[in-house]
Amino acid sequence: MLRKIRVVLPYHLRNLARVGAEVEVEVEGAERATTQAVLDALEARYPVLRGTIRDHHTKERRAFLRFFACGEDISFEPPDAVLPAAVAAGDEPFLVVGAIAGG
Amino acid sequence: MSSVRVLVGTKKGAFICTSDGQRRNWKIDGPHFGGWEIYHVKGSPVDPNRLYASQSSSWFGQVIQRSDDGGTTWAPVGNEFGYASMPGTHQWYDGTPHPWEFKRVWHFEPSLTDRDTVLAGVEDAALFKSTDGGTTWNEVAGLREHASGKDWMPGAGGMCLHTILLDPTNPNRMFVAISAAGSFRTDDGGATWKPINKGLISNFMPVPDAEVGHCVHRIAFHPSRPATLFMQKHWDVMRSDDAGDNWREVSGALPSDFGFPIAVHAHEPETIYVVPIKSDSEHYVPDGKLRVYRSRKGGEDWEALTNGLPQQDCYVNVLREAMAIDTLDDCGIYFGTTGGQVYVSPDSGDNWSAIGEHFPAVLSVEVQTLA
Repeated sequence: MLRKIRVVLPYHLRNLARVGAEVEVEVEGAERATTQAVLDALEARYPVLRGTIRDHHTKERRAFLRFFACGEDISFEPPDAVLPAAVAAGDEPFLVVGAIAGG
Repeated sequence: MSSVRVLVGTKKGAFICTSDGQRRNWKIDGPHFGGWEIYHVKGSPVDPNRLYASQSSSWFGQVIQRSDDGGTTWAPVGNEFGYASMPGTHQWYDGTPHPWEFKRVWHFEPSLTDRDTVLAGVEDAALFKSTDGGTTWNEVAGLREHASGKDWMPGAGGMCLHTILLDPTNPNRMFVAISAAGSFRTDDGGATWKPINKGLISNFMPVPDAEVGHCVHRIAFHPSRPATLFMQKHWDVMRSDDAGDNWREVSGALPSDFGFPIAVHAHEPETIYVVPIKSDSEHYVPDGKLRVYRSRKGGEDWEALTNGLPQQDCYVNVLREAMAIDTLDDCGIYFGTTGGQVYVSPDSGDNWSAIGEHFPAVLSVEVQTLA
């Protein structure tokens, strides 16, 4: 069963992808709603985001970005860890957050 | 009626400034890609409406933007710069070995003959090529595989390949410059490369005249005389008349021979321009005066160009990509400052005025002369 996951992007990536504050992507099944699956779906729907959130080759998260869900920093969870049920159910968004730094 | 289009890259976006051939009244369009660092914007000489822009940030990495209508609209193209191989390491700031890591595109050099072919100079230093308008990029691997690669090191701005010169008389010859490795030349279309740094003396190096390690800031030539190269090195203004095989210093009595850009007049191959900066420790113009220096003899003899430029309390820098030349008659000279001013001289440097005085810090300036 396809699950709709809400994703909140930082300002500059919204502009780059020409979307609003929140987008939806679909992943197959709650048990497959992982950070990796959400980012794969996000990049498939918005190819311009490839390389801007994680490295093209290693798939490592860019250093100045963090991932949050249900108020928790999940940046250091394994990319194949299942996201909280509220995110998989579409009640809570998956947040891509940029570091608050720089001029 | 001729016109010019000035492509300005800044720390916080790109601006496109247009004027007729008088170059007195300007229309400023932008910011494009607001909030992003725009290291370089350059147009194709084959199709001037084809522009390439390097958009990057520490947060989100590299994006390449392309315009096919002179900068009115833009679309992102490919941003995947994968090194062809990992031939060992280069030196890190502390002298330890460090693997190559892609960071950003510093410079585009569109082909002289094909609008879809463009070269990109990147940090960590390497040369990439696209033949499909920037959609895909492949490394010109012969450069980084040169045996000296292990001795290349980053300058303060990173280990960047910032200068690419295409010889208009020989499609197999091109020149590149890397901080801090030096200059290199290929005579076989990029398959093999030769360091061309003989005559350079860099006193910060353990061996000041070593084959590589020099912090070359910029190289320029006149298209009609591509074997005569002019260089602004970290310190020293240099000249070669044999395609870089040998260099000699032509700094003369400049108030400082430290600086970043160097440019050649469009119609006078022996007329060159530099902007002296106080020192490598104090990156601003000497004596609070913003002065472009011109030599009409290919170096050694220099005159200060000051009309219209601030001559007191000025402490800006002019970065290596931030000077450009148009091909109108009289030749126009352009440069941008870290203080956000972009200046134009429509008369070969005799008189200057500001196109804009309140841009973000300027990283690059290019100009297109349009029919």
